[in-house]
Amino acid sequence: METLAFSVVAACALLSAIAVVRSLDLVHAVLWLGVTLFATAALYAMLGASFIAGVQVLLYVGGVITLMIIGVMMTRRQSGAAARLERRWSEPAALAALAIFGTVTWAVVATDGLDAPAPPPAPSAADLGRALLHDHLLAFETVSMLLLAAMVGAIVISRRRDPGAVAKRPPVRAASASPVAPATSAEAAE
Amino acid sequence: MTLSTCLVLAAALFSIGVYGLLSRRQLVAILLSVELMANAGNIVFIAFSHFRGGSLGQVFTIFSLALTVAEVVVGLALVLLLYRRHGDTQVGLASEMKG
Repeated sequence: METLAFSVVAACALLSAIAVVRSLDLVHAVLWLGVTLFATAALYAMLGASFIAGVQVLLYVGGVITLMIIGVMMTRRQSGAAARLERRWSEPAALAALAIFGTVTWAVVATDGLDAPAPPPAPSAADLGRALLHDHLLAFETVSMLLLAAMVGAIVISRRRDPGAVAKRPPVRAASASPVAPATSAEAAE
Repeated sequence: MTLSTCLVLAAALFSIGVYGLLSRRQLVAILLSVELMANAGNIVFIAFSHFRGGSLGQVFTIFSLALTVAEVVVGLALVLLLYRRHGDTQVGLASEMKG
């Protein structure tokens, strides 16, 4: 039963991952990535990490995928055509990927005693919280600083440096300005 | 479901990510491939945590999740900047520093 569930989840993850890298439509690729991350969350739950599985669903399937879709929508080309993805160097890339996969698989197979007979009991969420806020408190606080730095960095990188850039929008936006006039004036005031 | 099968699954996901990283030239698609690779790394952490005991693997995974989210946020800001500069998000466009 467990083996069957693992096979199904692994097949889902692998097939959707292949769809992520082979899909020709960017939005489809993002959605397939959501399927991969969801299958990974199921795998975490099967491996006794139910808290991580929940975090994965909330943070990735909920947050990152939404962010990615917003990113795709904001960078659509003006022509309105669907964002087609082209590939280059497909064969060398596949060769490199196969080489990495073969090396790691060989290393796994060649290592003795990897499969312990009986897995020890999984740590509970309480154990996890104690480990995070007690033993690894410094790393935890450092990560919060890193998140703050990433947030400030993202704002600094993506804001408009030129205050007059709002007026120099493409004419497509200017033509439909009447419904969005309050927003435009708010941006200009900013 | 043993440790070896989990590791092989993670290796397969990682190499699929490598394939995408090398064969795509659209910046958002490259970010997606990096996500796949980071995800494979997390699977290895969780698998070792499950089959060897202790909560250290799960703690590492939490930190790794936070780092990956930060990477996505900064990466998308860079995508937006590239789009504003060049009107497209192909990585080949950002070659001003080429000698």
